[in-house]
Amino acid sequence: MPTTLQDAECPVSRDDVGALPDATVTPAIRTRDLTKRFGACLAVDGVSLDIAPQETFGLLGPNGAGKSTLIKILTTLLPPTSGQGWVTGLEIGREAARVRAAIGYVPQMLSADGALTGYENLLTAARLYGVPRKERAPRIQEALDLMSLGDAAHTLVRGYSGGMIRRLEIAQAMLHHPAVLFLDEPTVGLDPAAREAMWAHLRQLQKHLQTTILLTTHYMEEAEQLCDRVAILDRGRMVADGSPGDLMARAGQAASLEEAFIRLTGSQIESGGNYRDVVRTRRTARRLG
Amino acid sequence: MTSSAHAARPAASGESAGLRRFETQVWAVAAAEVRKLRHDPLELVTRAVQPMLWLGVFGNVMAQVRGFPTGNLAYLDFLAPGVLAQSALFVSIFYGIAAIWERDLGILQKYLVSPASRSALVLGKALSAGVRGLSQAAIVYLLAFAMGIDLNVSPHNVLVVFVLILIGSGLFATVSLIIACIVKTRERFMGIGQVLTMPLFFASNAIYPIGVMPGWLRVLARINPLTYQVDALRGLMIAGGSSTMGVGTDLAVLVGVFAGVVAVAAGMYPRMIT
Repeated sequence: MPTTLQDAECPVSRDDVGALPDATVTPAIRTRDLTKRFGACLAVDGVSLDIAPQETFGLLGPNGAGKSTLIKILTTLLPPTSGQGWVTGLEIGREAARVRAAIGYVPQMLSADGALTGYENLLTAARLYGVPRKERAPRIQEALDLMSLGDAAHTLVRGYSGGMIRRLEIAQAMLHHPAVLFLDEPTVGLDPAAREAMWAHLRQLQKHLQTTILLTTHYMEEAEQLCDRVAILDRGRMVADGSPGDLMARAGQAASLEEAFIRLTGSQIESGGNYRDVVRTRRTARRLG
Repeated sequence: MTSSAHAARPAASGESAGLRRFETQVWAVAAAEVRKLRHDPLELVTRAVQPMLWLGVFGNVMAQVRGFPTGNLAYLDFLAPGVLAQSALFVSIFYGIAAIWERDLGILQKYLVSPASRSALVLGKALSAGVRGLSQAAIVYLLAFAMGIDLNVSPHNVLVVFVLILIGSGLFATVSLIIACIVKTRERFMGIGQVLTMPLFFASNAIYPIGVMPGWLRVLARINPLTYQVDALRGLMIAGGSSTMGVGTDLAVLVGVFAGVVAVAAGMYPRMIT
């Protein structure tokens, strides 16, 4: 392991612990009654959750359930209508800039720049995140190695496969060793083989950096494979949370998380979503395909 | 590996570290665009066509007419700075489209979720417009030289011309970003871009002196930043050329407007994704 991983960067401030109730361990993510309203539509409806450091947490729900909106609020891209949220103890509204320094985010849409090489994409991210100049090369190498992209580093991203693009985006999001990584539908549009490869990479990444991961997914199998805990969102409300095993047990005789999901929300996960969601998902899938 | 290595925040000690980080962020955005141009420089070649047409066709024909009182300058000499400013304007004014495109792709989200300050992101875009503008300047200088236009090539003057192009291109690219933040879709932007470029160009001193304009147009030309850019260029680029308002005044106006639009754009940039 490169020695730069042990460098003495300032850890995330714990100054704000006092603002939180029962704060023996600062949760990686904490929300209280987080709500987002778009006109008449309640996209996120009073969500309160705690995610422990180093946990891999999955948000499940149909299109339009509010998963992406919740992630956008926590990554400071959208202000909440009401309620509060903290990331590593930092309040998302008042300390937005510090929150952004502590997190990595892979949006649902493709964010890698196809007109640049993989290396150039990573270099841009390293500069934006203030990775010191002499650490840039080792950090980029580390990210390329972890995501198995070393051979393609100097190829234009336009020529990458879907799985490679997704891995590059994750490499970009982890360059600065974020305490929390947000992955919005990390495997949407990938074929089953690429999906399983991605799961292996994410496990390895989590082990290596001990990052907290918050991911959204449509795929029950993905949640079972990766997540320590999951929450089910339905029309903006959190209807259940617990370990995948808990949820399955709670739904009674249900044999799978899929059935637990149907029992808890009364709907299939494929249902829901509006025109915009469909357009976006298809566009992402097409670019990855 | 311990979890204490989380959250890359370089030890920020004092203002100089903050400034250096700001510069790095500006450069991160601009360098990405410069590398794209390096991968695919065709754009720079095709952009040479427009100034060639304006100088070679429009300029040569209008020079025969001798319709405009251009003082001691031949019409082509008078026109060259105007064509340079115009070609840099046309490169910059469609920057908003690129920003909307980046938003649709998800690249903008990636920038906005980074700890980079919003004004650094906007300035980075402005700087990359400036780099494209500089390539236009090189093309127009070459064209003008080939056409026998009497250029002033003293290093001091050329340097100030380049500074003017950087600021002017940055200014119009930032205006374009502001429009993109308001209209949010490519279709609407295309309409507005067309409506905007022509008045900016014609209500300026780029291809004729302000003196020949009717009074109401003169007022518009006076509040048009392009006029100040052209005025300064005319004083610097051409042997025997002079600026009517003074290069210092022109520069001050451009810098002031630039700072203003960057501040506005930095405030509006995050709205683009909502």
